[in-house]
Amino acid sequence: MTRPGFVLEVDRSTPPILTWHGEGFRLENLPAGRSRVIYPPEPLESLRDPDAAIREALASPLGDSKPLRELLFPGMRLTIAFDDISLPLPPMRRPDNRQRVIEAVLDIAAAAGVDDVALICALALHRRMTESELRHAIGDRVYDSFAPIGRLLQHDAEDPEGLIHIGVTERGEDVEINRRAAESDLIVYVNINLVAMDGGHKSVATGLASYRSLRHHHNVKTMRHSKSFMDPEHSALHSSNWRMGRLLAASGVKIFQIETTLNNDAFPSQTAFLQKREWEWSARDRASYVASTRALSLLTPRAARSLFQSIKAPHAMTSVYAGEVEAVHAETTRMVHRQQLVEVQGQTDVAIFGLPHICPYNVNSIMNPILVMCMGLGYLFNLYRGRPIVREGGVAILSHPTPWAFHPVHHPSYIDFFEEVLSETTDPVVIEKNYEQRFATDEWYRHLYRTSHAYHGVHPFYMWYWGAHALEHLGRVIVVGGNRKAVRRLGFSPASTIADALEMASDVVGDEPTISHFHCPPIMIADVK
Amino acid sequence: MSGQLPGAHSPDKRLPVTARSWAQARSGVRRRIRTASTFPLGSPPWPGTVELPPADKTLGVHYDSEWARSPFARRARTALQATVANPLLRALTSPSVRGLDRLAHFDEPAIFVANHSSHLDAPLILSVIPPRWRDELFVAGAADYFFDTHPKAVLSALALNAVPMERQRVSRTSAGRATQLLDDGWSMLIFPEGGRSPDGWGQPHRPGAAWLAVRSSVPVVPLYLEGTARILPKGSRRPKPGHVTVNFGAPILPPSDGDSRTFARTIEDAIAALADELAGDWYAARRRAAAGTTPPLSGPDATAWRRSWALGAARTGAGPKADSSRWPWNHRP
Repeated sequence: MTRPGFVLEVDRSTPPILTWHGEGFRLENLPAGRSRVIYPPEPLESLRDPDAAIREALASPLGDSKPLRELLFPGMRLTIAFDDISLPLPPMRRPDNRQRVIEAVLDIAAAAGVDDVALICALALHRRMTESELRHAIGDRVYDSFAPIGRLLQHDAEDPEGLIHIGVTERGEDVEINRRAAESDLIVYVNINLVAMDGGHKSVATGLASYRSLRHHHNVKTMRHSKSFMDPEHSALHSSNWRMGRLLAASGVKIFQIETTLNNDAFPSQTAFLQKREWEWSARDRASYVASTRALSLLTPRAARSLFQSIKAPHAMTSVYAGEVEAVHAETTRMVHRQQLVEVQGQTDVAIFGLPHICPYNVNSIMNPILVMCMGLGYLFNLYRGRPIVREGGVAILSHPTPWAFHPVHHPSYIDFFEEVLSETTDPVVIEKNYEQRFATDEWYRHLYRTSHAYHGVHPFYMWYWGAHALEHLGRVIVVGGNRKAVRRLGFSPASTIADALEMASDVVGDEPTISHFHCPPIMIADVK
Repeated sequence: MSGQLPGAHSPDKRLPVTARSWAQARSGVRRRIRTASTFPLGSPPWPGTVELPPADKTLGVHYDSEWARSPFARRARTALQATVANPLLRALTSPSVRGLDRLAHFDEPAIFVANHSSHLDAPLILSVIPPRWRDELFVAGAADYFFDTHPKAVLSALALNAVPMERQRVSRTSAGRATQLLDDGWSMLIFPEGGRSPDGWGQPHRPGAAWLAVRSSVPVVPLYLEGTARILPKGSRRPKPGHVTVNFGAPILPPSDGDSRTFARTIEDAIAALADELAGDWYAARRRAAAGTTPPLSGPDATAWRRSWALGAARTGAGPKADSSRWPWNHRP
């Protein structure tokens, strides 16, 4: 029986609490009597036979959709779009959900006699995936069937020939998506819904969109009015995507949505202690912790990064739904919430977030300072429903080495953003107004995005906007154990230890503040009452 | 005579040095070995006009290989495979394994069913099959071939955990033993063609594997082996190193209506589809499977030379070829 999430009130007998610190972790003591630790629910039971469940979902779709078999016919144009490398986190062991679903879809397409099939990796403005990353996501069989004949594509949001303007929503938002997908008789979109924000109309309206379309919801105003991204009813980002998705449906773009959910089994059995409650650690867990921290202390940062990036999570599929976009997404969101929601009573003055080694934008890459900000204030801070776990004007303490380091191939525009923009201002509104256009239309960044493996020139801006709501909400952000120069460049305060950070926080929130420690990963959503 | 050292042989008495003479010398050695193994040095043939004595009830299908599943024998087999068989097979066949992801969520006992063209097939499959099955797996071995003498029976049982199985029909003895083991949670490896392919093309499947799956309600995992016939074909005693591909298919549940004949055809089709995948790409193979145009494993219905010709063409297009540039001949990655 899977245990639900849990909130531990810290007392004098509470053991030190595991706190992530990039490519490593520490045990930290929290002040007794005024601290609490929020633990995620344990992993849900996985589907016993995922392949059979997929076949069943395709045959019995939700909403007003017909079974997939009835939507396929000889001579049609079929486009299968799928999520990129940003999902899931950490990357899952083979076979990936995308491979299972795409193979099932292609089996039906083969039986229906469909010849014109193309697969599109829905990158939006993310970097192109490498061959090995694609093989991991969709499997060798699919890769070898479509890549050699040029039918495995990666969405290009800067290809004027490859995009088509569908129309404008009632709020004046341009909807421009991939031409091949839009002109197909059917788009089958294959999702991995790691968090509640994923999937739904966001799949096509964001994943296959252009900068012209994305700028309508990836901006400071929308981000500040998404409270939070994980709560669809209170997310301006969600609303904008839904308007675009409905326009797509109204204009005749046919989408068959397939969404899968995973349990939060994020780490291999050798490091099972990473997702256990500390007082339940066995002798083996304790030995693993000591051995792994000792071993990590001997590694160079580069070696540690390679080691952590090689982790493949034993995530398992917990549900699969197919059919009409909104009907499917409602069921998927329910399953995501079932795995991730933790009921939390009230807010605290301070929240502690231990940042792990990975975020959606540094898979097989470096977590640079901008991504540290995005991970802490964009993702972890926003993993709430109702209200943030920290009160308005409170303090967020992030724990991460925050190296002054960038992946030159993946994040070229991040380097210039960090050097040129953040050295001038950290105010998202000013940044958006004065700098975004220049980076978004820079020919060199555009070239690298289209032909290399670089994120789009505007991507670091979006990362910064992602944290705009938290920046507006918080009184101070302190980074523990980070590169001091890099932390100051971000506009945050550096601290050496959690104790020092709490001491510094008292300047903002007063003595004896209440504290929440967000014990993540695995991912959870704090349902703050 | 000039230049000849004292004691040296004259040219007509020297050892043969040309390729032809060397081959003649080798065939002479073989002839002498053959002579030594025939009567009167070997055992005499049984006259056809004389009635055979009662069969030895401890050999053939009656051989009791229970001892080969004792803890001691299992440990010995594991050690033998890990230290001798597997390294040797890797060096000889450089196997590449595909399709194991199809078994990711499957951990029940299963009947592994494969095409058969070489003595390497069974040990090779044992070396690549995931441990959760390998540790409790028995091989259906031909009772009249692997269990006709005590040394062969002991070696087959110890090295492969082979269990004698009749090829021509499913007898009560062999079927009962296999069913009992399947019911006890063991997995099975069986070659439903009943013997190695004489020419590289597949032979018609016999219904034994399907019958056992239906009888025991155990899923069947189809396998296709490509390349073992090039390394050690039937009739050859000297293996020639090469490259082998093993393609695992998805488990197939036996039909609820108990129709083992139809199920046998399903298994044969599944193996043919796995072969087709290696010959081209997966989606094209799925398209052909859906249209019922998957090339059969049995090859064209034609004269021997045309079958042989077609086999050459099929092999040219099938999967990765033996890579002569691989290490240690070429150290570059």
